Amino acid sequence: MIERSPLLDALTHALMIVGLIVTAFPIYVVFIASTHDLPSVNQVPMSLIPGNHLVENYAKVWSKSDFGAKMLNSLIVAVGVTVGKVILAAISAFSIVFFRYRLRMVFFWMIFITLMLPLEVRIVPTYAVAADVAEPLRWLVWLFGIELALPPVNLLNSYTGLILPLIATATGTFLYRQFFLTIPDSLVEAAKMDGAGPVRFFIEHLLPLSRNNMAALATIMFVYAWNQYLWPLLITTEQSMATATMQLQKIVPGPLFGQPPIWNEAMAATLMVMVPPLLVVIFMQHYFVRGLIASDK
Amino acid sequence: MQRRAAFDNLWLAGALIAPQLLLVLVFFYWPTVQALYWAFSTQPPFGGANQWVGWQNFEQIFSDSVYWNSVRVSIIFAILSTSLSIATALLMALMVDRQLAGHRVYRFIYFWPYAIAAPAVGLAFRFIFAPDAGFVSAVNQFAPNLWNPALKGWDAMILIVIANSWKMAAYNFIFFLAALQAIPRTLIEAAAMDGSGVLRRARDVQIPLLQPTLFFLLVINITESFVDSFGIVDITTGGGPARATDLMVFKIYSDGFKGLDYSMAAAQSIVLMLLVVALTFIQFRYVERRVHYA
Repeated sequence: MIERSPLLDALTHALMIVGLIVTAFPIYVVFIASTHDLPSVNQVPMSLIPGNHLVENYAKVWSKSDFGAKMLNSLIVAVGVTVGKVILAAISAFSIVFFRYRLRMVFFWMIFITLMLPLEVRIVPTYAVAADVAEPLRWLVWLFGIELALPPVNLLNSYTGLILPLIATATGTFLYRQFFLTIPDSLVEAAKMDGAGPVRFFIEHLLPLSRNNMAALATIMFVYAWNQYLWPLLITTEQSMATATMQLQKIVPGPLFGQPPIWNEAMAATLMVMVPPLLVVIFMQHYFVRGLIASDK
Repeated sequence: MQRRAAFDNLWLAGALIAPQLLLVLVFFYWPTVQALYWAFSTQPPFGGANQWVGWQNFEQIFSDSVYWNSVRVSIIFAILSTSLSIATALLMALMVDRQLAGHRVYRFIYFWPYAIAAPAVGLAFRFIFAPDAGFVSAVNQFAPNLWNPALKGWDAMILIVIANSWKMAAYNFIFFLAALQAIPRTLIEAAAMDGSGVLRRARDVQIPLLQPTLFFLLVINITESFVDSFGIVDITTGGGPARATDLMVFKIYSDGFKGLDYSMAAAQSIVLMLLVVALTFIQFRYVERRVHYA
């Protein structure tokens, strides 16, 4: 807009810079604190110039709590959720949109309703299911009057247990469905006329067309899965299966332990947890924003 | 919205949707039903099957002042962090949308916080706001314990509100900016031709047109503050001091997994579920009216 409002422009610039500082300051502080030694990190207020203990702090955190393995676990879970979601959501939306059968809308609503209740509010029973996944099946078997003793299947302390409940949501299915609905009937007809069956149509037409959607879904799912905290906290009791976000809680000795937190190491761990999703978001900015807005979360 | 051209292979259709349905049944419907069952039954102290007790669990939580405290604290938290994060995000989006020099840089950085895990946000703010380190504790030089979230309930509340708002403001910013950019440029130009300045246009054109987004964000922010705040609370205050930040979702966790009282935790989960479902219903009803299948 071409108009002169120098005073307002100056104010806008000033406020935007304040916003920038408020946004970036905590991230910067985390970085600076992770470069100091213990006495200087505990100075009030802490110096805003980097110290020279960066390598030392990170090496210490990395080896002390086996942080490398935790980061790897986080990565496995995040990639597992992302890949699982991108595939499952695509095929289930394909079934709902492009096939004709009576239960179609019932299935759609069954999946859609899961958007309403996040994992956090049904956390206790979900935990019980993860402790024995065979329970619902056992009940089903009993309902049909079959005599069959199913052994308990325990998902605690496993990647499967960490990943599957996070995939059981409607986010992606809904995203694909909205997109599939925009695909013109004429395309489907043309493909059919050329003799393509459903599988061929899906692989050769739908998948290439949904590339943007997949990228958008993948970025938001990666960030969502990497940032999970409560679920991994419950389902993993063994240190070997812990994720990086969970580890943050153990790295700060709380007031209960009666000792001051080792802030420089805690901040080094915090930065390591922050960086992977931040990088994904920065490099995939366009897709991330699109994914967030399109899925309405 | 039935498509004209579709496939008829029933077996394939079933096979494609089966994995997702199975997951949803096992990890969504089964636990939800189970939560209902637990909420209306109790586990005998010496093991054995659960006994049906009707509304007794609910009567117990509703007559518990600790529970009402967590409801009160959750509502305060929801109101404070929702208004703070929405107000700042709206201001930032309006300013970035003016497209002054450098607006791309601001736009690029403002949404970063949303990518950061709640416990990492919590830990960063816990350090900045620590009573004996960091930055804010500098005020304690004037009077001892002027600021101490480990001892003062309100200080702890302010701490989690700021940490949560920092993260959510980034999310709100994305939506506000997208909505602002969807407003036709011609409309803004027409208003400018009529002689309205920047502020007048914001007040009389842009903000009224943002209403659907504002409403959507209100609901999302309140819901998130009820369910997603666990990571921040657990790592900064642990529900304390003296239960001043004992949010509902945190209390469910501590009753269920620390206290091992599944029935009480389930009854509380049901109350929280109803709250979230009510909020979502309001949102769906409202959002449905503006959904277009392009």
